[in-house]
Amino acid sequence: MRSISANTISSVVMRLCKEANLYLRNDVLSALKYAYLKETNKRAKAILMAIIENARIARLEELAICQDTGMPVVFVEIGQQVRIKGDLKSAINKGVKAGYQKGNLRNSVVTDPLSRGASKYIPAVIHIDFVKGDKLKLTVLPKGFGCENKSSLKMFKPTAGWFEIKKFIIQTVKDAGADACPPYIVGVGIGGTADYATFLAKKALLRKLNAKPYTLYAKLESNLLKEINKLNIGPMGLGGRTTALAVNIEAYPTHIAGLPVAVNISCHALRSAALVL
Amino acid sequence: MKIIKTPLKKKDISRLKTGDEILLSGFIYTARDQAHKRLYEALKQGKNLPFDLQGAVIYYCGPTKTPKGKIIGSCGPTTSSRMDEFTPLLLRAGVRAMIGKGGRSKEVIGAIKKYKAVYFLTYSGCGALLSKYIKDNRCVAYKDLGPEAIYRLEVEDFPLIVGIDTNGRCVYKIL
Repeated sequence: MRSISANTISSVVMRLCKEANLYLRNDVLSALKYAYLKETNKRAKAILMAIIENARIARLEELAICQDTGMPVVFVEIGQQVRIKGDLKSAINKGVKAGYQKGNLRNSVVTDPLSRGASKYIPAVIHIDFVKGDKLKLTVLPKGFGCENKSSLKMFKPTAGWFEIKKFIIQTVKDAGADACPPYIVGVGIGGTADYATFLAKKALLRKLNAKPYTLYAKLESNLLKEINKLNIGPMGLGGRTTALAVNIEAYPTHIAGLPVAVNISCHALRSAALVL
Repeated sequence: MKIIKTPLKKKDISRLKTGDEILLSGFIYTARDQAHKRLYEALKQGKNLPFDLQGAVIYYCGPTKTPKGKIIGSCGPTTSSRMDEFTPLLLRAGVRAMIGKGGRSKEVIGAIKKYKAVYFLTYSGCGALLSKYIKDNRCVAYKDLGPEAIYRLEVEDFPLIVGIDTNGRCVYKIL
């Protein structure tokens, strides 16, 4: 067994919160630069340039990329040979709070969804998974709600074809329209159960935008991206060929009677940071 | 590129056309969901308002905490449509312009036309960049709301695009 202390976890999570919110992911920045080169609409090009400049200023001046520093979502992959000394969830929340305070990030979490209450930094949404080995992987994904509000889930019939699924995904992007800060990164979860499909859609956003590990899905992803970029939504919703930067699909086996499909949209400021201990 | 300054006069905004690029200087007030709810309720009950709405420019924004040595933190626009149900009453009370991101409801477009107001868009998801156009920042109401409080921002050449002009023409419908 390998021991990892709660304090170590807190300090890593603290660093990851700052890193994710202040430094735009390299793969996202590269995708934005590539989109800038390929964009032909003059205004869209100027907006893409502003987005790239925003990332530069954020990094240089240690300012949050976006004022919506999100609901913090933390993914934990615990090796089965790891023993955590102390309480894992409180260690994560302690780290999130410290990271958000030190990074001058926004307290966007209300304690109760109905009575709302004062804005706080925590709790984070925490997903825990057990894996082989003696490592511990921590990933922080601050998710802004402009785009989170545009998420959707549909339970298809098992006999549904790709055509219908594609229509649903594209409709979700259309419904997001100009509201959720396009160009988008579209996370899709297919299979499992209703809850698992939505989890996969979120998890899909963690994968590098140029990584295409599944041959079958890689084709569907590039086909979907092409179709979405014909919608002429464009940066800020003001037109152009850059409506999405990438589509990432994660799939899982499902029941004979169903076919859940979930879509989790990210704004252009897709932020995450990870570390393996 | 057109340059305008607050306080906005009726004639200043009547010449603005949907899609125009604007640089705004002067004072704007941040207000988002909870501040809107409070302003709306105060208006309905005929209570005093924490600032003068006559000719005011409202910015849908909840900034991050101000880092030491800076005027403001990251401060981009939030989704405007969440404010739609409160907007017609605020326009009736004298608000002349709003800054946000995304589309508006039919009712809001109708009210913009009726009260001769204007809806601006600004760079969304670019809060760090937009902080550079802010020269002063002070909390003027609802401090208990934290990031959702009302802050009066002094802006200089703040970049805007006309989203809906005084004739109710919406930029997303003319693409």
